[in-house]
Amino acid sequence: MRVRVISDKCEGHNRCCALAPELFDVDDYGIATALNDGEVPAELEAQAKLAVENCPEYAIEVVGE
Amino acid sequence: MSKTPPVTDWTSDYDFFDPDYIKDPAPVWEELRGKCPIAHTERWGGSWMPTNYEDMQAFVRMVPELSSRNVMLVSPPKSDEFDAELAEYGSSAPPITSDPPEHIPMRRLILPLFTPKAVEGYRPFTEQLCHELIDGFIDQGSCDAALDYAVHIPAKTIAYIIGVDGDRTDEFVGWVRGLVEQGMQDPAKLIHYRHTIREFFAELVDARKAKPKDDLISNLLSQEINGQPIARKAVIAMCDLLLVAGIDTTWSSIGSALWHFAMNPGDRRRMAAEPELFPTAIEELLRFYSPVTMARVATEEIHVGDVTFKPGDKVLLNFPAANRDPEVFEDADKVVLDRQKNRHIAFGIGSHRCAGSNLARMEMDAALRIWFERIPEFELTDPDAVTWAGGQVRGPRHLPFRF
Repeated sequence: MRVRVISDKCEGHNRCCALAPELFDVDDYGIATALNDGEVPAELEAQAKLAVENCPEYAIEVVGE
Repeated sequence: MSKTPPVTDWTSDYDFFDPDYIKDPAPVWEELRGKCPIAHTERWGGSWMPTNYEDMQAFVRMVPELSSRNVMLVSPPKSDEFDAELAEYGSSAPPITSDPPEHIPMRRLILPLFTPKAVEGYRPFTEQLCHELIDGFIDQGSCDAALDYAVHIPAKTIAYIIGVDGDRTDEFVGWVRGLVEQGMQDPAKLIHYRHTIREFFAELVDARKAKPKDDLISNLLSQEINGQPIARKAVIAMCDLLLVAGIDTTWSSIGSALWHFAMNPGDRRRMAAEPELFPTAIEELLRFYSPVTMARVATEEIHVGDVTFKPGDKVLLNFPAANRDPEVFEDADKVVLDRQKNRHIAFGIGSHRCAGSNLARMEMDAALRIWFERIPEFELTDPDAVTWAGGQVRGPRHLPFRF
């Protein structure tokens, strides 16, 4: 599984970072990036899904599923 | 405080200060969603109130047609001081009341102070504070969870971050309640408390200018926008905003969460037994008991369905109502502690998303985890004795608990 942050949609709610800190980081202004090129280890797939489905800006997507 | 006649038609004459609405607004939102869904009132200076999630997502992005220059539900009376400030830096309380182009540079001054990493730095202070508060009442087996616990957590934490005297937080709470809770219905109070807060920070800003410390005020004073230092008045206004926005709001969220667990023993037991649910539970409680409604002012004619906002019309961004929209949330009127799909907008959305959201989340997390660790079993002594504040910020103000 891979995830991607659509950076022009991200407005810095930081929900991804709060729910899946192993998968996302945010900059000084709250804009998120996916860590490890968006690669999601199997044991963190549930967290990745949580991040996708909790983003109020619809700014995270699963890539190539 | 002025008395208003009871509401007979919520679609055309709503009253956000109606006591029953403050106690439980959800039935009104449900009715409005089915009927309008954008309600109107002439009360309190007049406003429009959308209740759908989709409308809220659309309205926050209408910038600057829906301006942030006045975000209060009831507009403050015009005053020379207020107008002079508006002229000087485009906003009375930057960045919350700023529009482009001033908004983003002002907002970027404070965002780095409230990143997830930055707020983790404040966690040890907040956790110690929570323990000390509980130490103060645990032996007596009862407390007012709103006044003895919840209120002190955001008040003392924001005082610590701004760099003001933590012993004066009771005073700060009085000022903020005067402004946000009483000031809406009593303009003289609003002006009085606003002035008090600004005078307090003016003195402090001048002191830090003369002798910088390692705190937020000194940090703001050392920053620049376009090579220019930040105006003294802008720093004062930003401190004012951080104090006002940082107290009633999170107090309400912590209080509502504790109220929920006292009223719902099943959820209380589950929370105590499954602390790994805290991350989703906190987001769910933020959704269900979202405290904050903001306002916008139309700067041009805007047509939405068969409704027309005229220039100068006020539009309420009722985030709490949006978060109960059954089109977006499954079982919207139920608290589901492990809710997986939860795109709530308790912190607003769009370019004005709450700058302190990470801080609020950390404070709520610390407050609830420590409460449950130390007082896993608790109940209300008298549910009828609970009182709620409402309007701009909704939350419980008295929570008599025994444990």
